[in-house]
Amino acid sequence: MAIELKNVTRQVGADTHIYETNLSFDKGGFNVLLGTTLSGKTTLLRLMAGLERPSSGEVWFDGKDVTGVPVQRRGVSMVYQQFINYPNFTVFDNIASPLRVAGISHGQISQRVEKISELLKLTPLLERLPSELSGGQQQRTALARALVKNAPLVLLDEPLANLDYKLREELRDELPRLFMDTGATVVYATSEPLEALMLGGYTATLHQGRVTQYGPTPTIYRKPNNLLSARVFSAPPINTATIQKEGGTFRLTDSATWPAPDALRQLKNGPYTIGIRPHHISVESHAAGAVSINGIVQIAEISGSESIIHFHIEDNSWISECRGIHPYKVGESARLYLDVSRCFYFNPDGELIAHPGAADG
Amino acid sequence: MNKTANSKAWLFVIPMVVLVAFNALIPLMTVVNYSVQETFGDNVFFWEGMKWFEQVLRSDRFHESFLRQFAFTGMILLIEIPLGILVALSMPRKGPWVSVCLVLMALPLLIPWNVVGAMWNIFALPDTGLLGRMINGLGIHYNFTQGPVAAWATTVVMDVWHWTSLVVLLAYAGLCSIPEAYYQAAKIDGASAWAVFRHIQLPKMKRVLTIAILLRFMDSFMIYTEPFVLTGGGPGNTTTFLSIDLVKIALGQFDLGPAAAMSLIYFLIVLLVCWIFYTLMMRGEAK
Repeated sequence: MAIELKNVTRQVGADTHIYETNLSFDKGGFNVLLGTTLSGKTTLLRLMAGLERPSSGEVWFDGKDVTGVPVQRRGVSMVYQQFINYPNFTVFDNIASPLRVAGISHGQISQRVEKISELLKLTPLLERLPSELSGGQQQRTALARALVKNAPLVLLDEPLANLDYKLREELRDELPRLFMDTGATVVYATSEPLEALMLGGYTATLHQGRVTQYGPTPTIYRKPNNLLSARVFSAPPINTATIQKEGGTFRLTDSATWPAPDALRQLKNGPYTIGIRPHHISVESHAAGAVSINGIVQIAEISGSESIIHFHIEDNSWISECRGIHPYKVGESARLYLDVSRCFYFNPDGELIAHPGAADG
Repeated sequence: MNKTANSKAWLFVIPMVVLVAFNALIPLMTVVNYSVQETFGDNVFFWEGMKWFEQVLRSDRFHESFLRQFAFTGMILLIEIPLGILVALSMPRKGPWVSVCLVLMALPLLIPWNVVGAMWNIFALPDTGLLGRMINGLGIHYNFTQGPVAAWATTVVMDVWHWTSLVVLLAYAGLCSIPEAYYQAAKIDGASAWAVFRHIQLPKMKRVLTIAILLRFMDSFMIYTEPFVLTGGGPGNTTTFLSIDLVKIALGQFDLGPAAAMSLIYFLIVLLVCWIFYTLMMRGEAK
């Protein structure tokens, strides 16, 4: 285990930022912390770095308790959402700065800086000041500073959030590769589910200061243990509603009922919650056994070849993401099809009881 | 783009033109008028050309008050800028004390110049003033109405008291705009407090500090009321700065020609220094 949080909590005044948390990340692994703003991602990163001390519990690193060890002796590097570089240093001096503080010889510094700047395509910019760089170049410089140290733990706090779309995609592809060779344990905080999926590795989903689930990223997406993880890990947000089980059928509305899957036949009658991702609701009936529902359209957005339709079904606001261009008017009634074979079922406590794939066998 | 003729637009410009004319152009032209002529009253004028300018520029009196002025401005800049930064650095960044500190800092700025002068005059009088008596009580001979050193020290301290707050407030605003992440990044690097100041705080404050220096330069270069009330320019001429000297020539001796010429020279110096500052600032921006 590279980094381990044991029963860690963090309180500031009367506010609890982190409830009791246990997390351990493998050495050399790529880990994603996924959660909305204020879910505690940054606090967790700061606790791992040693910038904050846990109110209770311990932080272990490489088999040693480092709870009270100050940050500069931890072997950590960190990249932030803002582009943090020394404003009056050139790119070269910025990248070299952690090495200079560490007292590394002059020759070795230039060797290491050159190697890293080549990797990050900064070589032609080494003599420039941060204010003469674009946002993407500034963030590359900050990444280079984090990499050049060869720190065993690299913490990235939404490093791509302030970049424009194209640069973000480009760097997102490069990032896991850059860190793979260094053998460093990487923790990457993000609020974007798609980013987590693309980065791969392992993901911990966070909700209001609690880790709701931790595991391989695709597994969490396919099989969220509970409603909270499912909500955190879905963009656009997952649609949820309370349904009633009555004998062998589930009932969403009076007109929308479907037979319970085999695995759920034995469940008690009563209320359950379903979750269904927006792309499993369509205006066209593709899947066999799709259930038709009536929605009142609130907004219909068109993005190239897809339509995103926000609609009300009874008291729930739902979203459908479907292929094709479907220009609905606001307030119009729309017939939509629910692919119930792709539904997640949760019990009244919000725990997963069936997910697609499992129900199909 | 095509320019469209719009004669109505002039209507909107006229009020401003009138205001600027009465506020700046007409008084300035009156001064120009005086500076090239001689008058003995009764609105009779004789053309003198550049005579007054030559006279002012050659006079020892002008050189002396000019040097005094530069010495004073340099001195207060050297004290107020570092002191202001130091105070701003030690002010709390959050919590209930922020507003207390800000209000305390703003207080001296709210006091009118002549009140500041009168306050320090009473405060520093050697026989009745609290400060004057205290210093003399310590065994140091201090009398700002007689000793040139004491007069200078009192004037400088008075200006520092009155205006350091402005530098503090500007520097504080600059410090507050630095994202917390910079300090964290420096901490992770293991950078010392001096390195944080030298390589993060100072460069990030550069812009506001340039403005602070510019404002303090202009204000102190034109200082009049405070030293006039405190020392009246004395003892002798030792605290007679440019504007005090100017008023003495214009209203004391009623030498309108030389006074007007001196006004214009004075104005051009301030303009020149501000232009240099502005150019340097803009060059920094463009980089």
